[in-house]
Amino acid sequence: MSSDIFIWPFNLGLYFILIYSVVRSTIWFRNLSRADKLRLQRGFFGMPFMQSIREIFMESLLHRRIFKKNPVLGYMHMSLAFGWFLLIVFGTIEADFFGERHLNPPSHAIFFRWFNPEHGTTGLASLYGHWMDFLLAFILSGLLLAIFKRFIPGMMGMKKTTRHTWTDRIALTSLWLIFPSRLLAESFTCGVHGSGGFLTGNLGAALSSLLPAADIAPYFWWLYSLSLGTFFFLLPVTRYFHIPVELLLIFMRNSGITTADRWSAYTEVQTHACSSCGVCISVCQMSRAAGINDMQSTYFVKGLRNERDIAAITANCLMCGRCDEVCPVGIELGPLRLIERRQGERPATMLSFFDRYGLTRRREHIEREQTQSYSYLAPEKEQPADVLFFAGCMTHLTPSVIVAMKKILDSAGVRYRFMDEQGGVCCGRPLMLAGRDREARELINHNSDIIWKSGAKTLVTSCPICYKVFRESYYLEAQVMHHSEFINLLIEEGSLRLGYLHRRVVYHDPCDLGRGSGIYDEPRAVISYVAELQSVAEERSMSLCCGGSLGNLTLSSEKRAMIAADTARTLTQSAPDELITACPLCKKTFVQATETRVSDIAELVAAALPRPVRKTRSRASLTAVKTATDG
Amino acid sequence: MKEKRKHVIVAGGGVAGMEAAGSLAEMGIRVTLIEKGEDPGGHLLQWHALFPGRRPAEEVRKYLRKRIAHENINIITRTTVEKIRHHGHEIIADLSGGTEERADAVIVATGFDLFDAHRKEEYGYGIYDNVITSADLEEMFNRKRVVRADGSVPSRIGFIHCVGSRDEKVNNNHCSKVCCVAAVKQAIEVRKLLPQCEVFCFYMDMRMFGPYYEELYRESQEVHNVNYIRGKVSEASVNINNRLVIKVEDTLAGRPLKMELDLMVLMVGMEMSKSGARLAEASGLNTGINRFLESADHHYGSNRSGVAGIFYAGTCTAPMNITDTISHSRAAVEETVRYLGGR
Repeated sequence: MSSDIFIWPFNLGLYFILIYSVVRSTIWFRNLSRADKLRLQRGFFGMPFMQSIREIFMESLLHRRIFKKNPVLGYMHMSLAFGWFLLIVFGTIEADFFGERHLNPPSHAIFFRWFNPEHGTTGLASLYGHWMDFLLAFILSGLLLAIFKRFIPGMMGMKKTTRHTWTDRIALTSLWLIFPSRLLAESFTCGVHGSGGFLTGNLGAALSSLLPAADIAPYFWWLYSLSLGTFFFLLPVTRYFHIPVELLLIFMRNSGITTADRWSAYTEVQTHACSSCGVCISVCQMSRAAGINDMQSTYFVKGLRNERDIAAITANCLMCGRCDEVCPVGIELGPLRLIERRQGERPATMLSFFDRYGLTRRREHIEREQTQSYSYLAPEKEQPADVLFFAGCMTHLTPSVIVAMKKILDSAGVRYRFMDEQGGVCCGRPLMLAGRDREARELINHNSDIIWKSGAKTLVTSCPICYKVFRESYYLEAQVMHHSEFINLLIEEGSLRLGYLHRRVVYHDPCDLGRGSGIYDEPRAVISYVAELQSVAEERSMSLCCGGSLGNLTLSSEKRAMIAADTARTLTQSAPDELITACPLCKKTFVQATETRVSDIAELVAAALPRPVRKTRSRASLTAVKTATDG
Repeated sequence: MKEKRKHVIVAGGGVAGMEAAGSLAEMGIRVTLIEKGEDPGGHLLQWHALFPGRRPAEEVRKYLRKRIAHENINIITRTTVEKIRHHGHEIIADLSGGTEERADAVIVATGFDLFDAHRKEEYGYGIYDNVITSADLEEMFNRKRVVRADGSVPSRIGFIHCVGSRDEKVNNNHCSKVCCVAAVKQAIEVRKLLPQCEVFCFYMDMRMFGPYYEELYRESQEVHNVNYIRGKVSEASVNINNRLVIKVEDTLAGRPLKMELDLMVLMVGMEMSKSGARLAEASGLNTGINRFLESADHHYGSNRSGVAGIFYAGTCTAPMNITDTISHSRAAVEETVRYLGGR
C-alpha cells in the first residue's frame, strides 16, 4: 500500500479545488443583491435549471458555438472537455463495476489501471478497456491540436492568440501533461501485465519489450497524479478557472440575472468565466485594421480579474460590440467596460500570486465625481406636436440628411415639429459612453421634459446614437423610431410615392442601430424599395465599425482613418454606385475614406421622390401610435 | 558624332511647369510640357487678382504665356503623365492617351488640387445655395458681380478659414499657407466692391508669412473694416428667411456665437493632386504623411526625388504661393541641368 502514496498530489488537489469552488460560489451567492438571489433560487427549481443543464452540455462540453465558428477549434475544445468528462464518467463506472468495492474514492477511478493492472483481458471487461482507450485517444487528438494551436495559431484559423501569464503557462503545461502521462503510465503497467485496450495494450507491449516497464511505470503514475494535482491547485488563479465558473455563470444567466450598471457578484463571475480564448482579438477592428493588439476585451477582463491598472485599456475601445457578438462564453463585454468607465480613479493593487486566491476581494463601486453641470439649461416652453423630429448633434453636421428628411416628411404629409432645428441639447449618450452617467442624466431630463410637454406620440431621430439612448435611458410615452423605421412605415402605409433609382448600392449597418438596437430589416426594406441592394462581406450582427465611434476618446485620427479605410474597402468590394448608411457619423467617416459616393438612407429616399414635391395628408402619426400600443 | 540635344519632360503646366519649361528652353534644352487641362496655366487661370498687392492675375499669366512661347517647347494638353520608368539612361513617361514620351529627365510639376468642400458637409457646400468656395468667389470677382444664388446683393459675408487644412478629421494636418492671406485679399475686394456689406473672417490663426502680408492684414482692419473672429465654425444651417446660420465659438471672448450670413465663403486648402498621387504611386515616388511628394532632403534637396533624372517643382511637394513656386521651379531646372551635364 505504501507505493500508493503517489495518489496524494491528485487527492489533495481535488479536495482543495472542490472545497475552494464551494466556498467561492457561496461567497458570490451571498454577495448577490436580494433580487438576484431570489432569481437564482427560483431559477434553480424551475425551467431555467433544465435550460442550464442543456446549455452546459451543449456549450461547456460539446462547445457548439465554437464548433459553428470554427470546426477544428470546436473539435479541439470538445475532445478535451467532453472527452475528459466521458473518461471520468466511464472511469467511475468501471471502478464501481469492475473494482473490488462499490462507491470508491475518485482516485480509484482515476488510477484504476494501477489498482487493477491485470483487469480487462477477457470478455466485457476487455471491450470496456477498448472503449476507455478510445476516449483517451479522443482526448489526445484534441490535445495535439491544442499544441499546434499554441505554436501556430494561424493553422486554426485564429489570427491572434492571447498572451499568457506565467501561472497560466504552468497550468497549461500541467494540463498538457495529464493525458500523455496517463497514456504512458497505463501502457507501462499494461505492458508488464499483458493487459490493456488497443492503445495502452499495444503501446505497453512495445514499450515493455524495449524498457524495464515495471520499474518505469511508477514514475509516470507519479507524473500523472502530480499534473492533475498541480492543475487543480493552480486552477483558481489561472484562466482555467473559467471551467467551473462558466457553469455558475450559465445558471445565473438563465435565472435572469443581468449585468446592471455597477459592479456586482455577477460581474465578478463574468470576469472569472472568461477563458482568454482570444476570439475577441481576431474580430476587433483595432487589431485587424490598426495594428493595436493589447486593448481587446480578453486583456480588459484579465486586468479586471487581477486588479491591474487598466485605465488605458478601458478607454481604448470603439464600443462597437463585435466582441460581445462572438464571445463563446457570452460575457457582456461592452457593459462591463462601461461599468469600469463609470468608476472614479482607482489605485492598481497589483495582486500577488497568493492574493489572487483571496475570497473576500470584491471590486467596490467607486462613485465618480461629477465634473460638470448643465443646470444653466433653461426649461423649454410647451410646443405640442404629434411627431417630433430630433436630428441630433451629428446630423447637424450632415445637413444633407436634414434636407432629405424634411423633403420626405413634407412629401408624406407628416405633421411634425423639428425639435432641435435651432440647435438642441445633446441626447446624453456620448457622456454615458465616457462613463459620465450623472452628467448625462441632466441632459436626458432636459430633453425628456421637452418631449413630454410636446405630447408627441412618435419621436423620430436620424442618429442611431441618439436612438439607442432614447430607447434605453429615457422614460417616454412617445414611440422612438429611427428614421429608417419611420420611412419604412411611411412606405408600408402608402404615404410616400417613390420612384425606382437605377443604382447598385450597399448598406452599412451602423453599430448602434444594428448590434446596438437590433434594427437590420427596416433599412434594407427601404433601400430595396428604391434601389438595387447588394450584400456585403460582413453585415448585420457582424457589421464592421466605421472607425468614427464616439465610444473611444483615445484612439488617434490616424488609427481611425486606417479602420475607416479598411471598412470602406470591405463594403465597396463589389464596386457599388453608392454606399448607404443610416448614421450621420458613419457617413462623415466614410466620406473621408472612400471615393465611392456615400449617402444616408434618407438622401437615397429623397432622391427617389417625385418632383415637384406633393403635399398630402397621411396617417403616419396615427399608425405609429397604433404600432406603439401593439407592442 | 554630334551629341543629341537633351530632352526634358515637364509633367504639369501650371505656374511651376510653365516656369520650368521656359527656363529649360532658354538654355537650349528641348522640352515637352504636358498639361491635363485645355490650356496651360493651372489654378492661376481662375484668379482675378493676386495678393498682397491685388495686381491683376492676368499680368502673371501673360508673363508665363510668354515664357512658354518658345520653339524648344512642345506642349501637349488634355494629357497626364501616368507613370515614369527608366530604360537604361533614358526615362520613359507613359501618357494618359496610351502613348509614351522618351526623355533624359523629368520635372514633376503636378501641383495641387483644391480641397473638395463637399467633404466638410457641416458647412453645407452643395447643400445650401449660398455657400461657396474661395475659388467660386474669385470667379465672381472676374465677372465683377458678387451676389447670392437668387441674384440679391449680400449684406453680410463670412469667410471660413482652414477648410480642409489643419483638420485631422479630413486627414489633412498640414497648413495650406496661402488661404489666410487670400481671405484677407478677398475680404478687402468684397468691401471695395460692396461697401454696404459687412465682412467677417473666422480663423484659427492668421499666418501672414510673406512680405507685405501682415501689412495687408492690418490694412483690411484699419481701412476696410473687416472683422476677424478667432474660432472655428462648427456647423451651418438655413433659417426661414433663407439666410445661413452659423455656430461658432469665439475663442478670444470665450463664448459661443450664432450669426446670420447672406453668403459664406469657404477658404479651401491645398491637397496633393489626384493625378500627381496616381503618378507617384505608379512610379514608386515617395510621398509624406501629408500625401505630397517627399523630397530627398528637406533642407537642401527639396527639388530632388531621390530617383535619378526625376525632379520636383512647386506645389506637388508642399503648399506654396506663386513667388515661392517660381523660385522652386527655377531651382528644379538648375538641378536638372546639373544632372544632364554630369551624364
